[in-house]
Amino acid sequence: MTAPVLADALGPRARRRVRIASFVAAGVLVVVVYVAFRRLSDKGQLEWAKWEPLTQWSVLKFLLLGLGVTVKTAAAGMAIALVLGAGLALMRLSRTAPVRWFATAWVELFRGFPLLLLIFFIFFALPKYGVTMTPFRALVLGLALYNGAMLGEIFRAGILSLDRGQSEAAYAIGLTYWQAMFLVIVPQAARRMLPAIISQMVTLLKDTSLGFIIAYEELLRRGRETGEFFANPLQTLVFVALVYIAVNFTLSRIAQTLEARQRRRYGASSVAHAGAEDLAVVSAAVEV
Amino acid sequence: MQLVLDNLDVFLVGMRTTATLTLVSFAVAMVIGVLLAACRVSPIPPLRAAGAFYVETIRNTPLTVLFLLFFFGLTKVGVLFGGFTTAVIVLGGYTGAFVGETVRSGINSVSRGQAEAARSIGLTFPQTLTIVVLPQALRTVVAPIGSLFIALIKNSSIASVIAVEELVFRTDALSNQTARGIPIFIGAVIAYLAMTIPSGFAFAALERRVAIKR
Repeated sequence: MTAPVLADALGPRARRRVRIASFVAAGVLVVVVYVAFRRLSDKGQLEWAKWEPLTQWSVLKFLLLGLGVTVKTAAAGMAIALVLGAGLALMRLSRTAPVRWFATAWVELFRGFPLLLLIFFIFFALPKYGVTMTPFRALVLGLALYNGAMLGEIFRAGILSLDRGQSEAAYAIGLTYWQAMFLVIVPQAARRMLPAIISQMVTLLKDTSLGFIIAYEELLRRGRETGEFFANPLQTLVFVALVYIAVNFTLSRIAQTLEARQRRRYGASSVAHAGAEDLAVVSAAVEV
Repeated sequence: MQLVLDNLDVFLVGMRTTATLTLVSFAVAMVIGVLLAACRVSPIPPLRAAGAFYVETIRNTPLTVLFLLFFFGLTKVGVLFGGFTTAVIVLGGYTGAFVGETVRSGINSVSRGQAEAARSIGLTFPQTLTIVVLPQALRTVVAPIGSLFIALIKNSSIASVIAVEELVFRTDALSNQTARGIPIFIGAVIAYLAMTIPSGFAFAALERRVAIKR
């Protein structure tokens, strides 16, 4: 953590004030935590019997297999979304206008409505037309279509963030458009985009929990089933949340480390810092 | 498409719930976000730690999990709210974590000289933050906040998990009543685009209006 931007090195009086404020703030936080624990124990939610199932290996195995399904689904969705996103980004930067229009319309369409609606459509409405899919395929298809559009925007921002001199130099030594793209631009852009791509992966991984709604046996659905079986929904959901946090926190940390490394190496021009417009695109993609 | 026109009221009522849910949650998220950002840049360590803990926990938890935790978990300790209120708390709290990070990055982008000048004329930390730094910070993050708003419109659909009758919930129910789903799906997509695309333009216009030309 860097030094706070808004305060210099503090003088003796300010240091005293900060110390007092720290004590007060810490006191308030302790009271809040105490009240929460009191509430939990009054309602019998801290009793060991409620937590004990989460120490049984059979229960843990059930939940961890759910995590496996979640990871598998996320990986499949991400793989397809990456290919789709790359295609869309190249199409949006194409020199042929209709191709550009098509890709723009596609991206705007799939970014414009909720993933849940798409999943409902694929899983519940399509079978009425004779297209039946397993929950796994429905979920992967939905995740891929939605995140493909998001990644398309990230890739485009990454490619555009590259200095024009790069493509100009590539053309000057006689490379064709595609040679310049794949030999010069994409390798550099890909490195810059890596943090944003990993953030998008976190989003995608979180979105696999929508599978819960179509009764897909991923981590959240299994957590809910466990909670119903042992009559401890609060405890199992807390456990499930902690598992998600552990996985996503690790991924986020990797993204942050990469970003910091790139800022050191290339100055402050990784995608996340490319300027207001790119920032908007990236944060639009990062948040879901 | 006749099916959509016949059930136009279903779409309109759903859109109204989605819009209300989004706007109220967004107001909550902005308040939480600005407070979180203030905590995270303050010189007071416990507040900084609490802010960081909140952001890291909430951002890395799926929204669906938060909804279920609130709806099935917290009811066990007597925290009981209606579906809509629950949805506002969850969506507002979730989006607030992202708003907090965005505002914080905005604060960090305000040049140091601003805060130094504010201190040198004798403003205290809260004054420096609220009078000098935050107004400039918020102006620089209009575009990313707009993206968060659009994401919130879409995220509000997850409230259907706890039976809040917003657009996805209503169109899904309608789709179940009929033999064909595609027209209804297209209608719902158009209804969402009718909210997300104008929001994008509105925030772009706002950004142009308040942007600081340097």
